[in-house]
Order: sequence, then structure tokens, then C-alpha cells
Amino acid sequence: MRRALQSETALETRTTRYLRARARFGPIEILFWVVAFSSIWLLPTRHLILTETVIWGLFALSLDLILGYAGIISLGHAAFFGVGAYAAGLLAKYELINEPTVALLASALAAAALGFATSFLVLRGSDLTRLMVTLGVSLVCFELANRYGDLTGGADGLQGVTIAPIFGLYRFDMFGHTGYIYCLVVLFILFELARRIVNSPFGLSLKAIKGNPLRSAAVGIAVNGRLVAVYTLSAGYAGVAGALLAQTQAFASLSMLSLERSADVLLILIIGGTGYLYGGIVGALIYRLLQDYLSDLTARYWQFWIGLLLVAIVVIGRDRIGNWISPVARFAAQLGRRPAPTTTAGPEKGG
Amino acid sequence: MAPVLETRSLDKRFGGIVAANAISLAIEKGARHALIGPNGAGKTTFVNLLTGLLRPSGGEILLDGAPITWLAPHQRVKLGIARTFQINQLFADLTPIETLGLAISERHGSGRDWWRIVGTRRGVTEEISELLERFGLVDVMAERTAVLPYGKQRLLEIALAFACRPRVLLLDEPAAGVPEAERHEILATIAALPADVTVLLIEHDMDIVFSFADRISVLVNGELFVEGAPDEVARDPRVRAVYLGEAFDG
Repeated sequence: MRRALQSETALETRTTRYLRARARFGPIEILFWVVAFSSIWLLPTRHLILTETVIWGLFALSLDLILGYAGIISLGHAAFFGVGAYAAGLLAKYELINEPTVALLASALAAAALGFATSFLVLRGSDLTRLMVTLGVSLVCFELANRYGDLTGGADGLQGVTIAPIFGLYRFDMFGHTGYIYCLVVLFILFELARRIVNSPFGLSLKAIKGNPLRSAAVGIAVNGRLVAVYTLSAGYAGVAGALLAQTQAFASLSMLSLERSADVLLILIIGGTGYLYGGIVGALIYRLLQDYLSDLTARYWQFWIGLLLVAIVVIGRDRIGNWISPVARFAAQLGRRPAPTTTAGPEKGG
Repeated sequence: MAPVLETRSLDKRFGGIVAANAISLAIEKGARHALIGPNGAGKTTFVNLLTGLLRPSGGEILLDGAPITWLAPHQRVKLGIARTFQINQLFADLTPIETLGLAISERHGSGRDWWRIVGTRRGVTEEISELLERFGLVDVMAERTAVLPYGKQRLLEIALAFACRPRVLLLDEPAAGVPEAERHEILATIAALPADVTVLLIEHDMDIVFSFADRISVLVNGELFVEGAPDEVARDPRVRAVYLGEAFDG
């Protein structure tokens, strides 16, 4: 009896340890963020390009939340990016909300509202239906922005935007130092929030829904409610990414709503790998490096190689290629799957 | 005693095919009720109607006397009906710990909790551990479900339904496809289910049915054919003619 009681407690400890380990901030991850933040001092001449990469990374992270965790594929995620960008641009242009971080939050809410309203369209149906519905929504947004040129500037883009200093203190400079630090901090905060969310019971239920919606309902999960929630969240994240671009460039344009942007973000996420959160950032980095390297090599035709890479990834399998080209992905995956300690009990007392 | 789960002339038609025809079945509280019948008799259709995966063409389903006929599957789980599937319906990428933690969190109403880490709520790990032990899953608790031996997957299938802490547990051929050597573990587990959980067992294997059930209903062509205690059903000449002939005379 006593023995049974003891071994049960040991099992509980193992279970708890396992569950905590899967959510732990691993050493590779710490290194990743240390390197990321040290770029503020180490790569001061690259801040403009890095800002762009960070924004792509955040945008791809937003897509990962629905694709990697809930299994919702989208070819229209730029709709939320664009709405966030225009919201930030308009808020600043008409001096409705001057402080950039507050405007960022407002832009996120605008994009999330659109996400919520359109989430009901992606609840049912196959991947194909979802691709078409998301594509359709983004085309509608694009044409609306085009049509109401008085407000959005139409094909010329939203001109005359001035972004106030952050907290009234930090002015956006032409070298992009402030912008880069701003974007990196926002990325870090939202990444940690996403990390928290995917390791929560809510996040676990998303993975369950992705894996088996039938059984998810059979254990009591309200599947549709969860999908609406994560789609809304993802749209809000995409809106923040768009708003960051608009704020750092003091400009918003139709290209931020375009199909090409939706396709690019999907490409970036697939290159980096879905379902472990770092995929978006890793993908954005690889994409950027390839773009630099390949356009030196073949100038105009660098997308040929990107296309080839994409085909290879999908055909050979993202896991394998992802592991070759990105050690970070491998380490992160390992950390995520680290088995629970297998010792059966702690030190035995008075055996 | 009042039935805990009851159907009243439940119908289901798929086009011209009648899969369930005026089935009126009452399952007593705490019963070990078996539903048997030849292939294609409509057993799984009936379970799908009870759990809400299918909507009936007519009739009523009552849980403790209250109608649940039109409730969604997840709502019925919350009211205390859980099921297993004839073909495993598990989460391939999750480990048994995660799978059970998921179901327990849902039951505690913390499934929408997006801030806490899974299993940090009081009682969750304790319950996961209990279930792992009860269903013999301790050795494989941290492995992906996809790589578990089939027998263990089958046990997880039952453990997952049991984690919903059902008042009525519907077991759809729990030992289907399990090799002889691993079969006894599953049967022992089922036999050891707490007495206050009402069980409806859908089964092909007559040995399992007669060793387990205290009441048997026979379903043939979507109709309830005979119902009674095991010895009554075994003696019934119509049942022997339709269904048990081979098993008993052979």
C-alpha cells in the first residue's frame, strides 16, 4: 500500500516534469534571441534590411499560428497584413492616434476584427475551399483599397504619413536604428506570447484539432470556437506586422495587400518549417540571405532558385531539408521532443 | 431503476437505406450492456447517433430523461457520454501524457485557458498519472502516439474516452484487430472499469460479450431484434438462427 502510494507520486513528478520540459525555454532558444538582439550593436549598417526581415518573420509567425498549429491553410493572409498597414498609416496621417505603440495595438485590433468576421468562412471545408476563400477575401480587400483611393491613396499608396516618436521619446531615424529595435522588441514580445499560447491547454487543443477534428469533438472540444479564436489571433498578429512596416516606412501601399505577399509569406513559412514557431523567423532569414546571394549570382532570375528550392522542400519533405539547411530548426525540434527523465523515482529514503 | 440513456423509436435513413429503424433502447444506470448483431446491422450507426456524429431522421435520445437529440458531439461529452472508436481515432503527434492532459483540461473547463502551461493546474497531472497506470501506459507515456504498438494505442483509445469521466461509456469493438497475446490486457482493463460507469459495448466477439455483459441487445438490419439477460439471449432460437448459430453450434 505504502509502496503503491509512493510510486504514484513518483509518476506524478515525472508527468509534471515532462509537461514542464515541453514548455521550457531551451538554451538554443536563449542563444537565438541573444544573437538576434546583439545584431542591434553588431550589424548597425544592416538595420534597414533586418527590419524588413523581422517584419516578414512576424508575418510568417502569424501564419504559423493557423497553419502549423490549427491546420488552416491560407492564400490570403496579406489581407490582415494590409489592413494593419493601412490602419497604422491612416491613424498617423490623420493624427488620430499619434503614439506608435498605441497605434500598433489599434491596427492589430482592426486586423483581428476582420479576421474574426471572416473566420466563419474557413471553419468548414477542405484545404482547397480554404485556399479559395482566403484568396477571395484578400482580393476583395485589395480591390476595396484600390477603389477607395481618396482614403488609401489607391495605386500611389498612402502618402504624407508622419510617425511620431515612440512614447514621445524615440524618433524614427533615417538609418532605421529606432525602427529596428522597435520591431525586434515587438517580435520578441509577440513571440513569447505565442509560445505561451501554444503550450497552453488552448494550444494543445489546436494541435489536437489539426491532428483529428473528429476525436477532438469526441473529447469535448468545441472545435469551431477554437478555430475562430486562433484565426482572429493570427489576423491580429499579421496586422501588427503590417502596421510595423507602415510605421517604419511611413507609407502604406496596395502591395501590402497583394496576392504576391500572401504567397511569399507562405513560401517563407514552408522554407522555415511549420509548427515550431521559429519557422517563420528562420524562413525569413533564409529567404533574405538567398535573395541577396542569388541576386548577386543571377540578378533578375533569383526567384528561379527560390522556386526550385520550394519544389525540393515539398517533394523531398520539409523536415529533412529543413534540418539540413537550418540547424536551429533541428535543435528546436529536439528541444520540443526531449523525452521525460526516465528515472523511476527520486533518491530512495529509508528503503 | 430509471434508464440513464434511452432512445425512443430512433430512425436513421441514408437515402433509401434504413440504417436504424425505430430503435427504442433503455440502458440502466451502471449496466454492462452489450449491443451485438451481424455485420452491417447498424451498430456503429447507432453509436454515431448517440454521440451526435449523425443526426437522426426521427425519434428521440434522452440522457437522464432530458432530450439530447440535437446537441453537438462536444456538448454530449460535457453531459457525460464518451465513446471509443472501432478504428483508432487518436492524435498521432501527441504523446499519451499530452493526449490525456488535453481531455482532462477540457473536462475541467480549462481548455480555453491560453496562458497557463498544460498540466500546471492542480489535479491535472495527478489524474494523468492515475489514467496512465490504470490503462498500462506508463512505459510509453512520453512517446508519440503514432509509434506506439497497436495494443497500446487501443488502450489509449479507451483511456482517452475514460478521461472524459463519462457516466455512459460507449465502447465500439474495443479489442478489434488486437493480436491474441495483447487481448487479455484490454479485456482486463474493461472488466476493471468502475461499477458506477454505465457501459454500452458494441462487439462481435461472443466470448467477450458473454463474459462481460449483464444485458444484451441484438440488432439486425437496423432493428432491435431481441433484448434480454445473456442466458435468455443465448437460448432464444431466433437469435441462434440469425446470429449465434455458428458461434454456439460450431
